[in-house]
Order: sequence, then structure tokens, then C-alpha cells
Amino acid sequence: MRRLIVAATAALTVLGGAASAQESIKIGYIDPLSGGGASVGEGGLKTFQYLADELNAKGGILGHKVEIVPLDNKTNPQESLVQAQKAVDAGVHYITQGNGSSVGAALEDFVTKHNSRNPGKEVLYFNYAAVDPSMTNEKCSYWHFRWDANSDIKMEALTNYMKGQPTIKKVYLINMDYSFGQSVRTAARKMLGEKRPDIQVVGDELHPMLKVTDFSPYIAKIKASGADTVVTGNWGQDFALLLKAAADAGLKVNWYTYYAGGAGGPTAIKQTGLEGQVFQISEGVPNSGNKAAMDFEKDFRAKTGISVWYPRAVNEMRMFKAAAEKANSIDPVKVAAALEGMKFDVFDGGEGFMRKDDHQFFQPIYISSFGSLADKTKEPFDEENTGWGWHIVSKIDTAQTMLPTTCNMKRP
Amino acid sequence: MAELIVISTLNGVLFGMLLFLLSSGLTVIFSMMGVLNFAHASFYMLGAFFGFQLTRWIGFWPALVIAPLLVGVVGMGVERYGLRNTHKHGHVAELLLTFGLAFAIEEIVSMIWGKSPVDYRVPAALDFPAFTVFSTNYPAYKIFMLVVSVVIFIALLVTLKRTRVGLIVQAALTHPSMVGHLGHNVGRVFMLVFGVGSGLAGLAGVIAGPSLVTQSDMAALLGPILFVVIVFGGLGSLPGAFIASLLIGLIQTFAVALNGSLASVFGPLDPSLGPSPLTDIWNVTIAQIAPILPYLLLVLVLIFRPMGLLGTRES
Repeated sequence: MRRLIVAATAALTVLGGAASAQESIKIGYIDPLSGGGASVGEGGLKTFQYLADELNAKGGILGHKVEIVPLDNKTNPQESLVQAQKAVDAGVHYITQGNGSSVGAALEDFVTKHNSRNPGKEVLYFNYAAVDPSMTNEKCSYWHFRWDANSDIKMEALTNYMKGQPTIKKVYLINMDYSFGQSVRTAARKMLGEKRPDIQVVGDELHPMLKVTDFSPYIAKIKASGADTVVTGNWGQDFALLLKAAADAGLKVNWYTYYAGGAGGPTAIKQTGLEGQVFQISEGVPNSGNKAAMDFEKDFRAKTGISVWYPRAVNEMRMFKAAAEKANSIDPVKVAAALEGMKFDVFDGGEGFMRKDDHQFFQPIYISSFGSLADKTKEPFDEENTGWGWHIVSKIDTAQTMLPTTCNMKRP
Repeated sequence: MAELIVISTLNGVLFGMLLFLLSSGLTVIFSMMGVLNFAHASFYMLGAFFGFQLTRWIGFWPALVIAPLLVGVVGMGVERYGLRNTHKHGHVAELLLTFGLAFAIEEIVSMIWGKSPVDYRVPAALDFPAFTVFSTNYPAYKIFMLVVSVVIFIALLVTLKRTRVGLIVQAALTHPSMVGHLGHNVGRVFMLVFGVGSGLAGLAGVIAGPSLVTQSDMAALLGPILFVVIVFGGLGSLPGAFIASLLIGLIQTFAVALNGSLASVFGPLDPSLGPSPLTDIWNVTIAQIAPILPYLLLVLVLIFRPMGLLGTRES
């Protein structure tokens, strides 16, 4: 009798498993696929589709296939809410977004409200790149998880590095005019003031987001200010076009950036001849020296034609799988609980963890500079066929990236 | 400072001339047909994409000639088979037609070439710094754009003022029925003017494409500014459009270069007031409001001089 029950339970489990394997896990990818943000949005989509294929090739998550649902938000918060609602109506329980903290804040608010009104139909928001600090501080939400280091963490690391560069005398700040750009400039002013009071901030510019097609007026202004260093959080076409205008005008300064590696950036840097003068802060670098990551990079480039621009997306998807397996469920509520405080070996090596207090992921981050690669066997990857690639100049361990949070998390 | 002024003036004049290439066609079409062509910026976009595609196939220089001609033909087709047929239903119908056309063109372009920017590059022959002012390079391609715009401007002026065709066009602007009674084919004049206007917009697209960004939202980015130019210059006035284009080009470029804010003129607000919307307004720089300045100008012109700078009628 007992054996019969065991057999029956086993059969039921198998059947249940088979039934649920039919149902795929849909991840709503809400990012710009048209307009000024399209170049980064399409790169992100390719990355997530590649990652979904990788998971599916190994049996998916708990037997469920992973499916990416692309939704074009035109980098517009309003449009994003429409798309999020559309996704939820189509049975999506996980949404992911990265480009634009203005969009990120709107989605964070959306999932919080949606989940409190629709118990049992919870939606999680996996954020892979919207780095406005407020999203894990005063506006934090239990339903939001962020895999990218927030803007303040990055600026802290960047200014720690700049502190040791005596050639920096005059700094120019240029950023996109929205929450993220504003937090970059505020943090840069504050941290530079504390660490290197001798540095003069000779310009502090905010320009319209993803609307400027010719940056030469801004470049003329940077030139006139006599700056030797520019600090910018610009991304997508706002970085590529900024550098393109700088290349045209022959502006030779050091660039400390968040997103110099985005589409068009490397080409413009090479064109300007800024060897070793453009720095980027990121959670991963193609030439990291980590074997698994570099094998991944090679295969990724062969299949998609672009570089791994989002190691954090790799962390996000792999950690999602790990959390679902830990919870033994794909129910968003259980996955969220499993993610809290979870430790994880990140893409480029080292251990990161999802802090329970604010759902911010902490991981080793790197400062790298762009230029010709000395040793092609150790650093085989160049960018956009320029022959130049990223070279790590500084590594910041997880422990040094921990900033306090003001988040007062409301738990369900 | 002198450096900033020289470079900003160059950039401003360049942007102004580009605006003029576009607005000249728009303003002439308006005064002839009494219709604001909402699809005008779409012809500019078509020019850029045709230029990109033809550059791929046959090189930049042939594309520079062929692409604007193609756009001109498309424009003539729109006039002949679209606007002429809707004309009898009044201006609203014509307006709606161009409005719909603008959306249709944008969708078609993004269907064919995708929604992200295409790789339309400056031709190698022009990819070098033309000269250096105060250690700033000025790209040769921008000088080329400037030369093309100036040549077109002069050609347009000579055609309109010194030739028989120009005479008929000018007459048709103000007295279309009288020109018709004199035996001229007004319909054909309209079609040609529409074609030339769209062709000029196309040319602007071909030369602006490599310098700015060629993508499916470029029409939407530039379109509104064009209306500012022609309203500011005076509807239907070519010299007005010229002055307005240059002025708006310069205003936008110089506004970016300026750092002034209310706080820098009158001093910072008393900190005891604390952060409020007022402090935001107080601290905002001219550079930050640069993009809205043309529209502010539009509103002011409409209030204080509705006929525009050199316009003759109030419409």
C-alpha cells in the first residue's frame, strides 16, 4: 500500500512536471527598440535572448522554458507603463528593464502598486541597468531587484581612482538631463570636493536626454573651459555622438565615463586617438582573464555580433534560475524571498550578494581604460573592430563597494 | 572666449543654413497652396535614407544628385495624385493628408531600414579637419555642408528673382487665378514647386545624414523647428525664412554656450527658503533651456507680430 502511494505520488509529480513544462516563463523586456535609445535597447534584447537560449539548452528553469517578450517603450516612462500593463495582461510575471532611471522609477512604482492590488498575481521587476540611487534608497520596493551597481557606488569608485591621478586639475561634468544624470553630477561634485578639493569643476552641463544630434556646441564649450578631464554618465547615442563631436573638433582630454563601451563609443574613441585616456567603470570587462567568462564572450560574439555589454544581465538570469531552484518554484513571491540575501558567483569571478535591506546587488567592479592591447593572448578582445580593447586598471572588491542605504523596506 | 564665439558662430550658421534648405520649400509651398505641409520633414528623412542607400550602391557623389531628385519625384507624385485630389474638399482635408503622410513615411522607413540609426558615414574624401581655429579642428564635411547650402540659396534666389519661371511662381503665390487666366498651367507650377521644395528637403537630408544621425525619428526631431522658422520669418516669405533660419540656428547654438541663470545675475536665493520649485527655476541655466527657446520665440511672435518678421499678411 505504502509503495503504491509512493509510486502514485512520483507519477503525479512527473505528470505535474510535464504539464508545467508546457508553460514557459515569460520575461517582459521593456526597453527602447526605437528612437534615440534603440541601439542600446537592441543590444540588450540580443543579450537576453542569448541568455534565454543558454538556459533553455540546459533544460530551462525547473523544466520551464524561458521566453523573452520584447516590448518597445521608446525610453518613455508613460509608454513603459502601457507596455508593462500589456505584459501583465499577457501573463508575464517577470519584467526586466535597464535603460533610463526615469523609466525604472515608473516601473518600480508600477510593480509595487500592482502587487498590493492583485495579491496572488505578483510581478517582479528585475533591473539590470537603471542606476538612480533613489530606487534602492528612499523609493525602494520589495518587488524590485537591481543587478547593476548604483550610480553613487560607481562614482565612489571612480573618484577613488581619480584621487590618485595628479594630472587632473580641471574637470568638466556633462550629463543627460534626467534623474540619473542629475545624480551623477551631484555625486561627482560632492565626492571630488571631499577627495580632491584642489580639483576645479570648470563646467557642469545638463543636456536634453537622447534628443541632441550634434554635440559640437557642447564640445566648443568644453574646449573653451580649459578642462583636462570630462566626467560623464552619458549612454547610448548621447555618448557616441558626444565623442564623435569631440573627435571632429580634436578635443584631447581624459574621459571618466559610465558607459563609454556602448555602441559607437569605441569607434569614436579610436577616431579621436585617445589611447588610454578613456576610462569606464563596469562590473565586467571582456578581457577579464576569467576563463569561463572569456569563453562565453567568444561564443556570444560569434552568435550575436556584439560584445558582452551586460555581464550584469548574465548574473541576473543565472541568479534567477538559482533562486527559482532554491525556492523550488517559479512563483514570483517565492523567488523574491529566495533572492533576498542570496550569494552568487558572478560572471567575471568573485562573489556578489543581493543585499536584503534594499535589494541592491553588490559585486566586484572594475575600472578599465581603452587602447591598444599589449598582449593579444591574454587580452584577445577588441571592440567594434578598432583593434583597441578594454584593459583593467583597477579592481574594486565587493566589500569596498558597500554604501549604506536609507531604504525602509515594506515587506508583504 | 573668442574661440567659443567663432566656433559657435560657425556651428550656428551651419545649422541655420540647413534649416533654411528645409524651410524654403515649406514656406513657398505654404504661400502657394495655403497648406502647411506636415510631411515636409519626412521628405528630409527620405533624402537621408535614399542618400544612405545610394551611397552604399553607387557612392556618395552620385547619391548627392540622385537622392534629392528621387525625393522630388516622390513629392511631385504626392502633389499630383494626393493634394490635387483633396484640394476640392478644402484645406482641412489637405492638412490631414500631409499629416497622415508624415506617419506613413516614418513607418515605411522604419520597416525598411529598421528603427535604430543606420551607419551613414561622411565620405572619405571629406573626412579630414578643414582648418584649425585656436586649436579646435573644424571638419571639412561641415564646410562642405555650408557651401552646398549657400550655393542652393543663391540659385534659388536667382531663379525666383531673375528668371521667367521665378516670375510666374511669384505671381502664382499671390494671384493664382489671374496667372491661370493668363494661360499658364497653374496646376503644373504647383506640382513643380512642390517637387522642388521636397527635393530641397531631400538634399538637406542627404548632406545632414552623415553629420547628424540618420534614423527613423529624425523627421519628428526636426519637424517642429521648421514650423517655428516659417512662422517666425513670416509665412510665405523666403527672405524671412532665411533670416529666421539663421537666427534660430545661432540662438540655439549660443544658448548652449551660455551659462547664465537667474542665480548668476541676481545672486543665489536665501538658503533659508529651502529647496522648492522656485530654486529650480532660479538655478536653471540658459544652456538647459536652449531646446525650448525657439518655441518660446514662436509664442512671442504669434502674440506680438502674428504676420512674422517679414510676412505681409496675417494668416
